[in-house]
Amino acid sequence: MAKHHVEAIVNGDPVEFLCETEETLLDVLRDTLHLTGSKEGCSSGDCGACSVTLDGRLVCSCLVLGCEVGGRTIETIEGMAKGETLHPLQQRFLEHAALQCGICTPGFLVASKALLERNPNPTETEIRYWLAGNLCRCTGYDKIITAVQDAAGAMRKG
Amino acid sequence: MTMAGNGTNGQQYVGTRTIRPDGADKVTGRARFGADYNLAGQLIGKVLRSPHPHARIVSIDTSKAEALPGVKAVITRDDFADMPSEFIPAGEMMMNYKDVTRNVMAREKALYEGHAVAAVAATSAVIAKKALKLIDVTYDVLPHVIDVVEAMQPGAPILHDDLFTVGVEPKPDRPSNVAKRVEISQGDIDAGFKRADVIVEREFKTAPVHQGYIEPHAVLATVSEDGSAEVWVSTQGHYIVRAHCARLLGMDIGKIRVNAAEIGGGFGGKTVVYLEPLALALSRKAKRPVKMVMSREEVFKASGPTSGAVVKVKMGATKDGKFVAGWAELKYQAGAFQGSPVQPGVMCAYAPYEIEHVKVVGYDVVSNRPKVAAYRAPGAPISEYAVESVVDEIAKKLGIDPIQLRMMNAAHEGTKAAYGPKFGPLGLEETLNSIKKTEHWNTPLRKWQGRGVASGFWFNIGGETCVSLTVNEDGTVSLMAGTPDIGGLRASLAAVAADELGIPYDKVRPIIGDTGSLGFNFLTGGSRSAFSGSMAIVEAAKQIKSELCARAAKLWEMKPDEIEYAGGHVKPKVASEKVTPMSLVDFAKVAGKTGGPIGGVGRINAQGAGPSLGTHLVDLEVDPETGRVTILRYTVAQDAGKALHPAYVEGQFQGGAVQGIGWALNEEYIYGADGKLQNAGFLDYRMPVASDVPKIDAIVVEVANPRHPYGVRGVGETPIVPPLGAIANAMENATGIRFTELPMSPPKVLKALKEKYGAGGAGR
Amino acid sequence: MRYEAPESVQGAVALLAAANGDARVLAGGTDLLVQMRADVVEPELIVDIKRIRETRAVTQENGGWRIGAAVTGAELKEHAPLKQAWPGVVEAANLIGSTQVQGRATLGGNLCNGSPAADSVPALIAAGAVAKLAGPHGQRDLPVEDVMLGPRTLALRPGEFVVSFLLPPRPPRSADAYLRFIPRTEMDIAVVGAGVSIAVDGAGTITAARVSLGAVAPRVLLVAEAAQAIIGSRLDDAAQERLAAAARAACRPIDDKRGTTEFRVDVAGVLARRAALIAMDRARTR
Repeated sequence: MAKHHVEAIVNGDPVEFLCETEETLLDVLRDTLHLTGSKEGCSSGDCGACSVTLDGRLVCSCLVLGCEVGGRTIETIEGMAKGETLHPLQQRFLEHAALQCGICTPGFLVASKALLERNPNPTETEIRYWLAGNLCRCTGYDKIITAVQDAAGAMRKG
Repeated sequence: MTMAGNGTNGQQYVGTRTIRPDGADKVTGRARFGADYNLAGQLIGKVLRSPHPHARIVSIDTSKAEALPGVKAVITRDDFADMPSEFIPAGEMMMNYKDVTRNVMAREKALYEGHAVAAVAATSAVIAKKALKLIDVTYDVLPHVIDVVEAMQPGAPILHDDLFTVGVEPKPDRPSNVAKRVEISQGDIDAGFKRADVIVEREFKTAPVHQGYIEPHAVLATVSEDGSAEVWVSTQGHYIVRAHCARLLGMDIGKIRVNAAEIGGGFGGKTVVYLEPLALALSRKAKRPVKMVMSREEVFKASGPTSGAVVKVKMGATKDGKFVAGWAELKYQAGAFQGSPVQPGVMCAYAPYEIEHVKVVGYDVVSNRPKVAAYRAPGAPISEYAVESVVDEIAKKLGIDPIQLRMMNAAHEGTKAAYGPKFGPLGLEETLNSIKKTEHWNTPLRKWQGRGVASGFWFNIGGETCVSLTVNEDGTVSLMAGTPDIGGLRASLAAVAADELGIPYDKVRPIIGDTGSLGFNFLTGGSRSAFSGSMAIVEAAKQIKSELCARAAKLWEMKPDEIEYAGGHVKPKVASEKVTPMSLVDFAKVAGKTGGPIGGVGRINAQGAGPSLGTHLVDLEVDPETGRVTILRYTVAQDAGKALHPAYVEGQFQGGAVQGIGWALNEEYIYGADGKLQNAGFLDYRMPVASDVPKIDAIVVEVANPRHPYGVRGVGETPIVPPLGAIANAMENATGIRFTELPMSPPKVLKALKEKYGAGGAGR
Repeated sequence: MRYEAPESVQGAVALLAAANGDARVLAGGTDLLVQMRADVVEPELIVDIKRIRETRAVTQENGGWRIGAAVTGAELKEHAPLKQAWPGVVEAANLIGSTQVQGRATLGGNLCNGSPAADSVPALIAAGAVAKLAGPHGQRDLPVEDVMLGPRTLALRPGEFVVSFLLPPRPPRSADAYLRFIPRTEMDIAVVGAGVSIAVDGAGTITAARVSLGAVAPRVLLVAEAAQAIIGSRLDDAAQERLAAAARAACRPIDDKRGTTEFRVDVAGVLARRAALIAMDRARTR
């Protein structure tokens, strides 16, 4: 069975790859494109560690097939910083110690960025519910929420 | 990036909120965790696991699997030597290699659903999975037992024919599932109860829970033709991995080099080996690197969830509130092999309090579920949940405020603990006072809302630690530690090194070295890595400072004792015009000319770890029509001794509290009558999500540990100890019902509400 | 395993008809991919219907709304007029999983996965939604309550798939609501789900109602008795009690890792009442 030949845009760059039907976008990102920033925590869409955006929409890359993304635009954690400049969310996560082991951090950053792009002034409740699909076992979420609130404020100021 | 500090006592960085040195990599996805490593030509390894909770393995036929194109190696019990029975300390528990090898790869029996029975390495995951299906295992299915009380009954299915209970007289002549009985006592428990004006006796039950780390176990191993091996693995202890693998595979320790990848959570669950020996054995056979990663289902079924337990507590107090007698009996599941944390559970049960008469007995019981591994203060959350619940009942019976009652009985400096030592300074009273002063404690509540408080204790450990500080030619300092960084350790260690040497924080570059680069390091666990690591850095820095003073003495033709290192400079103790002080950078430039590379290695067996005591306060609300519980507000006060990095100390408090919330309300292993796990995924193993919890207020109390140069106490484990009791106590205040079974999930809560208030009475 | 992404209904029908082995329809993939990963299903052919215009469109039709079977929950939430007309349906679709899951999950997939705990199905049934199916023998309509016969058992004939749903025209002063019970605040599968749609007259008396319960029986229930209990009333306390009792009586739940039989029965009554109150409040304020 021949593999699928797929062309897509990942973090602004055109890519092309081959994949089997059953390979997920997460498999492709990590094993074929060597973008290991997106993590595999559960393979069932329950932990959010594999979060990416697909045409601007926040999704779990473990729930998307590689062969589905032909012609689509994908943004991963690796595309979040601009050169040497960290995104305000990345910067605030560091300043607020919003990570301990760091395995969930890429997923939270991608998800938080998607939130702030839609809702630049979210309440604490809105942040928590938006991020409910991102599991963290180390931080108890407190400093993550604070970091997102702080980044939102900074980004509103421009 | 650094943040200039405002610490005291010449501390510029210790005690401040520096940016962690590994931070940029962690927020950009660059950091490499176990599953992020790859080697050219690697094979993918997969494990065949028993579908039965208890079965004799009659035969294993791997021939069809071996013949499948793409399969390069297959291993079974035949590829591992049998081990004699031998107990070796490993962390806070004892390990028996006869059991370790059998847990890694079953031999005579499959002892739990998910037990590894065979493994393959193939050129792709798809082929490896196909190969597993081609392995024929003949099982003789046996009756199983999982519940701890059932496993203790005469007539229960016996897991090990050679397990005879240790610690009972007379010695049993038949095997059972009770591996051992342990006991601590002081005073005369019967006399104690005679003096009591009020006695409360309760029985509690808890279910097994999992550490819940988001990163599944992952390893990459490669064995060369000369028998040496290199491993990359997410682990809390790469020296322990090396030691276990060397023993299990019959290799010299020095021939295995283990690299600690970044680790995505452990909480004690990654202090033992599962995949590592398998990957090495497969690589040795296939002569190619082998990568193995657990699926989430495998993590739940085949790693090390903690004990489910039954705990009986009986406490007596005088009418003035003095605790006079504390008795408890703990029965803990060990899983398929002995070694539950019942011993620390026994030791911690009454440790927060000064009680003259104490007797605590514990039983370590095997049953057909995965072998227990450590989970954050192993054993203590369970026993202290029970005691803190009873303390609350005593408070109510006596009409004494629950904080006041704990204050009156708090262990303090000089208290003799029932488990042995006399305590040095302790911070329990300070944490109780801190809670009492909060706005949280003084906020009024509404109907169906309840407030609960509980305290907790954990000993913490020190242990073997080796850290090197190397001064580079430009005066920057390479810090190499040997305890994997699971939560921000490198930030704390860099701050200590920077302050000890009087140099800027960003001139210290910390890394976690591999096992070939440093002497033995015990694992990251027991809340020891910041405590011991900082101690070792002080030692290493001392060596550097003393070396520099000696070299300066030669340079300046003075005596070494006329020279000191202060403020980042080597200088005469008495200022002299003839001599210009030299900074570390200055000296680094002339290192070669003055004797060679400059560095120090702290090699210690850290002693003097001080217990960390904490008090938690929680407000919650119960929906009386559905039994659903909402956590409204949560405050933690805990003694850190000295917070090397306040934000990461707060982070430990908050993370442990939320794990405790999950354990108290919704997390549990659910087994069917067939002995199979029904909720082996994050969907139905219900850990708290962001919308389930509020902000966790963290109050860092500092009662210095006099045995540490900075006063540090480990903080990582204590935070998970008080939540179970605090939430149960809050539930009692909200509903009038004492819940003695965890988790307090909605079906249980609603049923209890109906029983107490009637079908219609609990509504509206 | 093959993957095809036809661009027309006929194209999809032809592929499904020609499949010898197990063919699966792919919309959001939030159930299918999980099942494939767990080796529960091993399809020989995956037919991705997301390139078919009819499955992705939200259009008004004869006063009602036609929603493509592959429109995601997130897209439904962003469709202001639909959300205004059917807040219960839209909120139900946006309770499935997480934000990430809602970015992909669809009404068609949620129904055809065949779980009686599906969040969007009680809301669709309460709304009186009708599914349009396409298959080798042409297209047909089927009320949503008749689509799921039992766990993983659908009334779809071989080769049929759901193309879209039609929500009927909304009378004035009518609204719907969906509530579910889960032990956490997000992420869980519904232990009980209740969808209620209500229409009131000028005096605030209920003239029409539909009550649907999920996760309390082998299929999602349309509980006529529960609707009867409140029609003609103004949802006073007595009517609420009748509603809760009727809801409880209709339940035939199981004991499982998510809830006991007793618990589901009790909570079904509570949720039916609470959902009705929300729907009533929305209807009155239109």
